[in-house]
Amino acid sequence: MYVIMVGGGKIGYYLSRSLISEGHEVLVIEKQREKCDKIIEDLGQVCLQGDGSETSVLAEAGTSRADLFISVTDADEDNLVACQMAKQKFGVPRTMALVHNPRNESIFKSLGIDLTICDTTLIMEQIEQEVPTHPLIHLFSLSPSNLELVEVKIPAGSRAVGKAIKDIPLPANSHITLVIPFNEKPKLPSPDTELKAGDQIIAITPKPLEDELYSSFMVLDESAGRAAKKSRA
Amino acid sequence: MNVVIMGCGRVGARLAVSLDAEGHKITIFDIDSNGLRRLPENFAGTAFVGDGIEEETLVRAGIDMAEAFVALTRSDNVNLMAAQVAKHLFKVPRVICRIYDPLREKIYESLGLEALSPTIIFSNVLKERLVGG
Repeated sequence: MYVIMVGGGKIGYYLSRSLISEGHEVLVIEKQREKCDKIIEDLGQVCLQGDGSETSVLAEAGTSRADLFISVTDADEDNLVACQMAKQKFGVPRTMALVHNPRNESIFKSLGIDLTICDTTLIMEQIEQEVPTHPLIHLFSLSPSNLELVEVKIPAGSRAVGKAIKDIPLPANSHITLVIPFNEKPKLPSPDTELKAGDQIIAITPKPLEDELYSSFMVLDESAGRAAKKSRA
Repeated sequence: MNVVIMGCGRVGARLAVSLDAEGHKITIFDIDSNGLRRLPENFAGTAFVGDGIEEETLVRAGIDMAEAFVALTRSDNVNLMAAQVAKHLFKVPRVICRIYDPLREKIYESLGLEALSPTIIFSNVLKERLVGG
C-alpha cells in the first residue's frame, strides 16, 4: 500500500516507522528541513520537504497513486485542507485527518474527510476508563448511527436499585445490553432482571440522550438519601 | 447587508470601515487584539478577538444570521476551513475567501467557494499598466 503522510512530527515519525516496518511504501511530507533530515537519517529516503496542502508538492509526491493519505500536523485546518486537496485534485480513495479540537470531528466528516481521529477524545476516553470515579464511561461510538456504547456503575442509593429493568424509565432508543454484577459473571438481562447496587451496566444510547440515560441510573432515590442522612445523624 | 469579516488586517479593517460607512451591519473579528486597533473610534459595527477555526467564534459573530462571510486571515488554510464551515454548515449565502496561492483557486471553486487571489489580481493590474490589457 502506498501511504502519504503529511506532518513529520512525533506522530508522523512513529506512524511512518511502524508502517514501513509492516512493509508499506510511505512518503512523509514535512515543512521543516531539520525534521526531514532526521526522518531520512533514521528511516531512509522517505521524506519530501514541502507544504502538504500545496498542489505542486502533492503532485511531486505522486499523490494520484496513493492508496491512503493521512495528515497528522499540529494544525487542524492544515490537516483538513491537505486531505481535501488529496481527495479533490488527486482522487485519493481514503483520506484520514488528525484533529485536536473534538468539535472538528463532525465538521471534517461533513466536509468530505473519510476518517477523523481526535487525539483529545482518545485520551479523554482513556481517562474515563481509568478513573473509577467517573460515572459514565464511553466504550465505543457507532459513528454513522450516532449511538454510544457506555458503561455505568450503579451506586448505592440509586433509584434503579431493586427495580426490574422493565420498570426503569430509559430514554428513547436506549437499551441495557449487559449486566455485570459485582464479582459475578456478566449476564444478558431480561426485562425482569433486578439491578443491585454495584452492578455494572453496558448500555447503548443515542449520543444526545447520554445525560438522560445517566440520570435514570444515577439520581439518588430521595427517601434512600434521606434515610442515609438520618442514619449518619 | 449583514456581513461577517474574519481577519482585521489592512484589507479587513478597510473593508469593514467602508461597508460600515454605507450603513451595512458589520461584525469583524481577529485572533490578535492589535488588529482591531486599525478600526476607527466611530466604527459602528461589532469587533472582537476570536479564532475563526473555532466554531464558537463564528457563532458569536452571528454567522447564522449573516448574508455574507469574508475570510481574510493571512493563512490560506484557516480561510479555507472557516469559509467552508460558513458555507456548508451555516449556509451563509455569499462566502468570499482570500487565497495567496494562485494554484489552488480552482480547487476552491470545486469546494463551492468564491476565491480571490491578490497575487493574480495585482499581477494582472501591473501587467495592464505596463503593456496594456
